[in-house]
Amino acid sequence: MKPQPNSLQEFGSTALVWGTAGLVTLTFLWLLGDILAHGLPQLSWTFVFASPENAGREGGIGSILVSTGLIIGVCMAVALPIALGTAIFLAEYFRYDWVLGRVLRGSLDVLAGVPSIVFGLFGNAVFCYALGLGFSILSGGLTLACMVLPLLIRTTEESFRMIPVEHRLSAAALGLSKPTTILSVLLPSAIPGLLVGFILSLGRALAETAALIFTSGYVDRMPDSFLDSGRALSVHIYDLAMNVAGGNPNAYATAVILVSLLLLANLFSLWIAERWATPNRLPA
Amino acid sequence: MGYSKPSSGLTLKPDKQPGFRPWLPYQQNAPCCEPVPHIQANGLGVTYQGSPALQNVTLNINRGCLTAIVGPSGCGKTSFLMCVNRLTDLIPSCQVSGALRINEMDVLASTTQVLNLRRMVGMIFQKPTVFPFSIRKNLELPLREYGITDHSTLSQRIETVFTQVGLWNEVKDRLNHPAQALSGGQQQRLCLARALVLSPKILLLDEPCSALDPLSSGVVEDLIVSLRGQYTILIVTHNLAQARRIADDVAFFWPLNGVGHLIEHGTAQDIFESPKDQLTAAYIAGTRG
Repeated sequence: MKPQPNSLQEFGSTALVWGTAGLVTLTFLWLLGDILAHGLPQLSWTFVFASPENAGREGGIGSILVSTGLIIGVCMAVALPIALGTAIFLAEYFRYDWVLGRVLRGSLDVLAGVPSIVFGLFGNAVFCYALGLGFSILSGGLTLACMVLPLLIRTTEESFRMIPVEHRLSAAALGLSKPTTILSVLLPSAIPGLLVGFILSLGRALAETAALIFTSGYVDRMPDSFLDSGRALSVHIYDLAMNVAGGNPNAYATAVILVSLLLLANLFSLWIAERWATPNRLPA
Repeated sequence: MGYSKPSSGLTLKPDKQPGFRPWLPYQQNAPCCEPVPHIQANGLGVTYQGSPALQNVTLNINRGCLTAIVGPSGCGKTSFLMCVNRLTDLIPSCQVSGALRINEMDVLASTTQVLNLRRMVGMIFQKPTVFPFSIRKNLELPLREYGITDHSTLSQRIETVFTQVGLWNEVKDRLNHPAQALSGGQQQRLCLARALVLSPKILLLDEPCSALDPLSSGVVEDLIVSLRGQYTILIVTHNLAQARRIADDVAFFWPLNGVGHLIEHGTAQDIFESPKDQLTAAYIAGTRG
């Protein structure tokens, strides 16, 4: 005799599963809808390119976009080489169970969980004051680099570990030296994973507010150099919503831009993961 | 069916089956190997994390011969292959004991130039391991590492080995395409070409056909047979019929108490028709393993 499913239990569990999934989706859609409903009417090309006026109530976000781009650029230019080196060191020169590797990995995991405001204070103390960089795009970018490094290192290391061991064996069997194996054989195999990690970190950096308030500052005019203070998108939203009366419409419009950038980054990483992770499906 | 059932498992000689590759009885193989030992193992043993995987292997592999290493899983066949080009160095906590010589070279000595050894000993694996870039670059990489950078030399070497593995006509128009776009059998032949491009003396083949479909497997097998005499070939295979078809010599490994041992080594004819050891006879007849 097959046990008969209790129809009430069956219904209950189905409803629960659908209900929770629906709740999560609805929350996201509500948030997105709210931002779009309030923000879309303000959006125009002038808004994207013009500089903010009257503390951001009027004008656009041109200078903010430039500052954000520069901060992210500094962050990635610094974080990417360091992450790549550390990940290669962890994945290729260390046995997985060695103590030093475990300590490194453990501390990276702890670092990844540190609240961003703590990174902000650290960046303020070290970059702004100790190193004398002041409130600047450089300080902000370096602080963000510290913040995304753990994530970037772990995803890069993981993409190296995902490479089948046969690749290393056959590279060695061909008499290739270790540096050649890493640079010419393993790095190309790791690139898809590396890009996905890069874009995820980029998204995190783009969305960051707390770490930037103390380091890159509030100034909303067009930056002249990396040592100028610059306001990032998320800081702009925070300022308009919290400190500027009547700033809400433009805060919403900026949020539309920020969310679109984040969505684009995520879609791009999905596309890369899909396309590059299955090279066998490439047309012959 | 056109397939005459053999009287006993030991004298299998099927006639030509329709749609199947011509069967190459080992007796018809041209005598191409010299009875000169090329690889000499003496009391060779391998341990992983202190527990032995292979013990006390003593055998001579003749120059130019195709030697099949047969036996069940976990009897140390692959470990033995990996000692010959010191790939065991890459496996943490793997220790090799005993002596292994290629001609006069002491393979296991710490002074041995491992990169040079590996250029002299080509190896291909069960799964084709093409690298994730173009077909041309797959072959250029080992050549460039070896110091050959001249374009015409590179192109010439690449054409030569692709012709040797019968892949030239299939890839000559798409050398810049990604190598992973090739079919499984083509990828395995590309790997073989890549191993041959450095002109090795010895080829180690670790179940080169077992991950391929029957047709590709046949093509690769014919290719291996065509290399007989030019290279000393060691092939690990689970496929006894394949060993019977292509091997000059056979080495039979068997795990005793979980540790791989060499049970018997001799010509294919001796091993398949008059095995000396009971284990060998049982394995050949299919009653063990």
